[in-house]
Amino acid sequence: MIYLEHVKYKYPGGKKYALNDVNIKIEPGEFVFIVGSSGSGKTSLIKLLLKEMEPTSGNIKVAGVDYGKLKRRNIPKLRRRIGVVFQNFRLLKDRTIYENVAFAQRVVETPSRFIRRQVPAMLTLVGLADKYKSYPKQLSGGEQQRVALARALVNKPELLLADEPTGNLDPKNSWEIMRLLEDINRKGTTVVVVTHNREIVNMMQKRVITLKKGEIISDEQKGGYIDED
Amino acid sequence: MRISSFLYSVRQGLKNIRRNLLFSLASVGTIVSCLFLFGIFYCIIVNFRSAMNDLKNTVTISVFFNEGISDENINLIGEQIRLRDEVNTMDFISAEEAWDSYARKKYADNYDEAMASFAGDNPLKNSASYKITMKDLSNQAEFVNYLKSLDGVRKVKTSEVTADGIQALSSVVGYASIGIIAILLLVSIFLINNTITIGITVRKEEIAIMKLIGATNFFVRAPFIVEGIVIGLVGSLIPLALVWLLYDHVVSYVVGRFNVISNNFAFVPIKEMFSVLIPISAAIGIGLGLIGSILTTRKHLKV
Repeated sequence: MIYLEHVKYKYPGGKKYALNDVNIKIEPGEFVFIVGSSGSGKTSLIKLLLKEMEPTSGNIKVAGVDYGKLKRRNIPKLRRRIGVVFQNFRLLKDRTIYENVAFAQRVVETPSRFIRRQVPAMLTLVGLADKYKSYPKQLSGGEQQRVALARALVNKPELLLADEPTGNLDPKNSWEIMRLLEDINRKGTTVVVVTHNREIVNMMQKRVITLKKGEIISDEQKGGYIDED
Repeated sequence: MRISSFLYSVRQGLKNIRRNLLFSLASVGTIVSCLFLFGIFYCIIVNFRSAMNDLKNTVTISVFFNEGISDENINLIGEQIRLRDEVNTMDFISAEEAWDSYARKKYADNYDEAMASFAGDNPLKNSASYKITMKDLSNQAEFVNYLKSLDGVRKVKTSEVTADGIQALSSVVGYASIGIIAILLLVSIFLINNTITIGITVRKEEIAIMKLIGATNFFVRAPFIVEGIVIGLVGSLIPLALVWLLYDHVVSYVVGRFNVISNNFAFVPIKEMFSVLIPISAAIGIGLGLIGSILTTRKHLKV
């Protein structure tokens, strides 16, 4: 599903590499944590996977798409195959929960009759069917993240990237989100979670890739959170 | 693009206008003033051109023939002249018609008496002529030289000063109008640019999410293009209505008040005027909106 080969990335004007010779191979259906402190290169990695940035060198392949050969006009098609959730949810504040999820389908031009069917189904999946008329500010952080998750999943992506999905949540809500991610993964979606939530990483016993200063220092199946120092 | 997506873009475009109402109104206002002035200039120019054409038809060239020339030769000269491209209209005025017309003016009060006193004698018997109007007065001097060179032509009468004056005035009005309108058009594009930039800034987060979800460039840009088109369209309809009302009132006022003008000059009818002005104004308005929004989205939405 994800294949990074000798990937290096240096921010324009930067002296050091944000990612330095990173090699990762993630198979379809895997659940992977990417951990590391701030400045370890986690965000750069997510941005590269979303094709928001180009690597300075190296190859990236996601879902069979070679990023080096991908034409600019085909980027939207690639992104439709990748769902993404963020620490700060990034919901549209002036739209209801229903509209936020429907928005993801509208932008990929899904016919209205499908939107009317799929959005309620997705809201049911994340346990928010009864709050479809609410606005984001009327929901708790955990609920907002579930809406973001519904939005990321409504287009049935093959890969879900979650960038610090529990960063703004209390432990209870964090576990609810992680359980949802696990469910989604069980149904076949590859899930990559960038986090520094030690407790969750240690409890879930999934594959853990640890980054430090842009380099992979550990990649373990059923691993735990590794202290970098 | 699907119909539902198209409708979605239209709704978002209208929403953008509502969100940035003040800037949208500023853009509409600029286009209104631009197209209002355009409409006024257009009406003036069209009427001016129409007056010019009327005048052109009064600026005639008269070709007189040598004494004793035969009718056959006059016809021959006529055929030669008629073949020339410069000729707009050409009428033959016989010596009798020339005398009759002169007598009617000169002896308006006792025409019959005067005619009787000449007892069929025509004092203007060598005054048969061709009266010619030209399609384009700028070639008059050259054409007159040609006429003078024809065998059997005694004299060619022209009114060159008038022709040159009309031509010069027409050019000055034309260039001045183009200059002013061009400046206004540029100002309009600049303001639409600003309005759309603000719209993009306000919707930055939404656009970023759209891009991450996989919206195509066109889908992201479409609402802003709709916004530009609507601003342009509204900006073109308001001045059309204003110019219509103004033209209608001014024409009625002038015709009713100033007999000198109404006797010598016919205003171009309002419907004839607007059959051209409506599509031109709408096209300029929509075009401005479209160009403004495309330029801005290209600059700010590198998706």
